[in-house]
Amino acid sequence: MIEIKNLTKRYGDKTAVDNVSFTVNDGEILGFLGPNGAGKSTTMNILTGYLSATEGQCIIGGHDILEEPTEAKKKIGYLPEHPPLYMDMTVDEYLSFMYDLKKVKVRASKKAHISAICDLVRITEVRGRVIKHLSKGYKQRVGIAQALLGNPEVLILDEPTVGLDPKQIIEIRTLIENLSQNHTVILSSHILSEIQAVCDRVIVISRGKIVADDTEENLSNRLSKDFRYEIRVEGPRKEVQQLLETMPQMKEVLFNGEKEKGVFEFQVEAKGNIDIRREMIKRINERGWMILGLRSSAMTLEDIFLQLTNDTYADEKAPVEPETEAAEAELGVEESVEEVFSAMEEAAVEESVPVDASAEDNKEEES
Amino acid sequence: MSAIFRRELQSYFKGPLGYIYLAIIFFFGGMYLQYQVGSVQTNEISTIFSNMFSIVLFTTPLLTMRLMSEDNRQKTDQALLTAPVSLGGIIWGKFLAAFMLFFIGICSTFVYFIVLSAMSSPDWTMFAGNFVGMLLLGAALIAIGLFLSAMTESQMIAAISAFAVMFLVMMLDSIAAILPTQLSFLSAAIAALSFMTPYNDFTSGILDASNIVYFISVAVVFNYFAIRVLEKKRWS
Repeated sequence: MIEIKNLTKRYGDKTAVDNVSFTVNDGEILGFLGPNGAGKSTTMNILTGYLSATEGQCIIGGHDILEEPTEAKKKIGYLPEHPPLYMDMTVDEYLSFMYDLKKVKVRASKKAHISAICDLVRITEVRGRVIKHLSKGYKQRVGIAQALLGNPEVLILDEPTVGLDPKQIIEIRTLIENLSQNHTVILSSHILSEIQAVCDRVIVISRGKIVADDTEENLSNRLSKDFRYEIRVEGPRKEVQQLLETMPQMKEVLFNGEKEKGVFEFQVEAKGNIDIRREMIKRINERGWMILGLRSSAMTLEDIFLQLTNDTYADEKAPVEPETEAAEAELGVEESVEEVFSAMEEAAVEESVPVDASAEDNKEEES
Repeated sequence: MSAIFRRELQSYFKGPLGYIYLAIIFFFGGMYLQYQVGSVQTNEISTIFSNMFSIVLFTTPLLTMRLMSEDNRQKTDQALLTAPVSLGGIIWGKFLAAFMLFFIGICSTFVYFIVLSAMSSPDWTMFAGNFVGMLLLGAALIAIGLFLSAMTESQMIAAISAFAVMFLVMMLDSIAAILPTQLSFLSAAIAALSFMTPYNDFTSGILDASNIVYFISVAVVFNYFAIRVLEKKRWS
């Protein structure tokens, strides 16, 4: 559906996108992950014909965006980083204008089509209002509605959930998932959980280069080579730490602080691909102390970036051991709870059992 | 193109701009008519048109200042440039919207003509020639203003630069006249660029093809420049 070949974009001396190539198949949801300024928006702007590439080619549904722009653009619904809204128009006027501008051809009448889309993104109640008076969340949804006009085959959404509240974020994610049944979607975000929740495939982009292109699961597996956990133990602090440190497979033990009275949290990291949870629990139980919490340490977006942009990340795949899968399964269960949290904070905080708020805050500050 | 044309035309009347523009045109037009009928006591409509030259010159920036600059600022140009519309479609749509409002404004001269007809029998061919001249002048000036608007994100800068250019257009003949004799080749060139001379030909009843071509080509060239500005933005 979408084919990008050796795309390069230079602004003077600065290379914003550096020799990027990838293809997106029909019905695929592709996540574009990267920090701010990595080249996500530039790539999307080139794909949609807003910018021209310095070198390379973009083919949308068989049409080159430079050679047959009109044909290619008809296939695309685009939500840019800043939704392109005319502030002085009402939602209805704006959508009607965009409908005409895009030369939409649908079986339903124009009125019915716009109504259906308004229902879909839940802006029906504000249709008569002037856009500049809408809240950011509504503006964002009007932007999404505009992209959906005419049921384009390809949807390109640049950070679609920015400015939405957690409930809306989940709604939009569900919407995107539903849309993928008959659309090809490219979605960009710097929020890992968002990409994890929605996308089949993830492209990680950093400083204009693709540093990873894989399914979300493979990516996580490859990246969580190190086993890090946060463990909370009720017992004497020094002795607990000593016990953990003396474990043979232990690489590092860090004290996180006293989280409740008499309850201490440690961050532990095992050597290599060894799951040390069972051993840890066994040893602590033998001493009669209580474990009040154990979870995988968050793999934040930053961690992934540090790893992906680090030279130690080679292309070879790390062997996936059964323990890894077990760990992943556990994460999966916790994911849904966490989704709401991470969405609320818009931070790249990942799987965790909801603990007290202070711990959440600490974590956010760290990341 | 038609979607852009309709939106732009509507947006003039979303705020005060369109009304202010029409009010200025109607006010000065009416004033000159009153002067013509009340003080000079002729049915000569050409004088109204020639007096309107400077009014049109200095109100055109109002029409054009917002056309592209507002899109550049609000990033709505992204919607336009990623829609299946050509760059030419965008620029000509906007140009025609401004031209339409201008046309509505100068249609008031029909009323003047009817008023004059009620009292006397003015020459309608004269009126038609004047009207065509006015339309062509407006088209050329709007294209210049649109080009300036496309180059900036600020309505203010678009307006001020357009005013400056309009002032220059008005001064062209005077500049040509005051140049020293050593620079006579230059003064001929400057005089050739004059808007006033060809426009005055229209108001004095001369329908010269070269004047028509001149105004139309100015409009086409500046619209083409505006399209190039959009194109350049993609590549920079």
